[in-house]
Amino acid sequence: MAAHGGDGMTAEVAVLGAGMHPWGKWGRGFVEYGVKAARAALADAGVAWRDVDSIVGADTVRGGYPGYVAGATFAKALGWQGARVTSVYAACASGAQAIDTARAQILAGRADVVLVVGADAAPKGFFRPAGGDRPDDPDWLRFRALGATNPAYFGLYARRRMAVHGDTPEDFAQVKVKNAAMGALNPYARYRTRVTAEEVAASPVVADPLRLLDICATSDGGAALVLSSMRFARRHGVTDPVRIRAVSTVTPRYPHTVLDLPDIATDSAGGAEPGAEPFRASIARTAYEEAGLGPEDLSLAEVYDLSTALELQWYEDLGLCGDGEAVKLLREGATAPGGRIPVNPSGGLASFGEAVPAQAIAQVCEVTWQLRGQAGDRQIADARVAVTANQGLFGHGSAVVAVR
Amino acid sequence: MSRTRMPVVAGWFTGEGEDFRLLGTRCSECRAVFFPREDAHCRNPDCESDDLEEVPLSRRGRVWSYTDSRYRPPSPYVTDPELPWEPYALIAVELESEQIVVLGQAVPGITVADLTVGMEVEVVPGVLNEDAETTWTIWRWRPTGVTG
Repeated sequence: MAAHGGDGMTAEVAVLGAGMHPWGKWGRGFVEYGVKAARAALADAGVAWRDVDSIVGADTVRGGYPGYVAGATFAKALGWQGARVTSVYAACASGAQAIDTARAQILAGRADVVLVVGADAAPKGFFRPAGGDRPDDPDWLRFRALGATNPAYFGLYARRRMAVHGDTPEDFAQVKVKNAAMGALNPYARYRTRVTAEEVAASPVVADPLRLLDICATSDGGAALVLSSMRFARRHGVTDPVRIRAVSTVTPRYPHTVLDLPDIATDSAGGAEPGAEPFRASIARTAYEEAGLGPEDLSLAEVYDLSTALELQWYEDLGLCGDGEAVKLLREGATAPGGRIPVNPSGGLASFGEAVPAQAIAQVCEVTWQLRGQAGDRQIADARVAVTANQGLFGHGSAVVAVR
Repeated sequence: MSRTRMPVVAGWFTGEGEDFRLLGTRCSECRAVFFPREDAHCRNPDCESDDLEEVPLSRRGRVWSYTDSRYRPPSPYVTDPELPWEPYALIAVELESEQIVVLGQAVPGITVADLTVGMEVEVVPGVLNEDAETTWTIWRWRPTGVTG
């Protein structure tokens, strides 16, 4: 049991297996990536697909309509065997919701072993909403009325940090340099070459002040986890598994006063007093409270670096440093390998590119390998506690705390 | 051939010239202001009101942040693929009295080099795009003191 108490504590589930299909632009269907990742996770767990009680699929939206029913699609591809099936969609947070669904089933005693799978085959270029004329959809509207792509929002956040905290484009570039160096060591990453600050500065501006190498690509990829009850893990001969101790899937709190994708405006702070804690910080705090630990206990973190500047924002929102101190933390080397709290030892989205429904699951795959000491050349020494953090379109929080 | 002028979204703005305003709604109970407008129910979790009235938003505000679009955005943004892409600036503007941040395009000719965080801007009418029958209108942000 946990060393720290707390009313919000939840029983743990075991991570028996983790598996991925390498990220890239492979030009094949997402089902193939998902099956490859699932089989890798099952092999890693030493569990036969026949013995899985439940499968939870994180949905992709690019199968022709929202919520391509991923759970059953993966189950059919693996071979129908009658498992309980669930499909979840929460944009970038789909993976965390899939993990949370699996955990709830295990803790409720409805399943001993659950397979969680997410995979995507991403289109080239900017993400865009599905077709049609849909003025009721804020995601459609921001493209139609403003041409506001995802990188445009990343540019707004980056410029805001420059104005408020004094960050510079050179600081942002150092995030890419750090993450690319780690991605170069990761066989699952799409981009496996180191990048220099000069190369970032020489790449074209996409959304001022951000350049192409500040912004994550969109990729194909697949990730899967085999989760089980602690009892099953012990019976299975795994006495000291990586355990998931918390999953945070909270919404923002009204009034939400930071402009968020895909919104055209914030809530007004005039009608109700805004809380002191911004949305992303509340995602992390909820995870810490449930896990009964805090940022000071972390060995490493995997965060959603959609842009270099957003990685810096996460340092503050995870409580790794104070408000406005992220660049200082970066410059000290605290978030690099060997530092006090390495961030994105996988190489992050900077090295992977985003495969939406797979990404939050991939974060947990990486921390599983790190906590087991199986992360090869990118291993963080003596990793004991890890957090993953992410945010899904429209207000889906996503964070997972895993321990060994 | 004359085109009909149509707002790209119905009910989000009104008026011409100096009288141009973004339109939000205000809850009659908790006084919260919403843009984009909420007409069916208040979104304050402590308020169960469904009585909202239309209110014009402040014309002026200050730049919260800004960026631009150096690459052609995908549809449903409408552009002419025959023409070279001309980047435009996007500005997020904080309206002081409403305490709300509203995103919009800058008026043509204003680039990121012309902008700073905290600068005062005002809302003006603009044209988003035209097709055979329709001129689609939109709001734009313009630094105060700039004309045209």
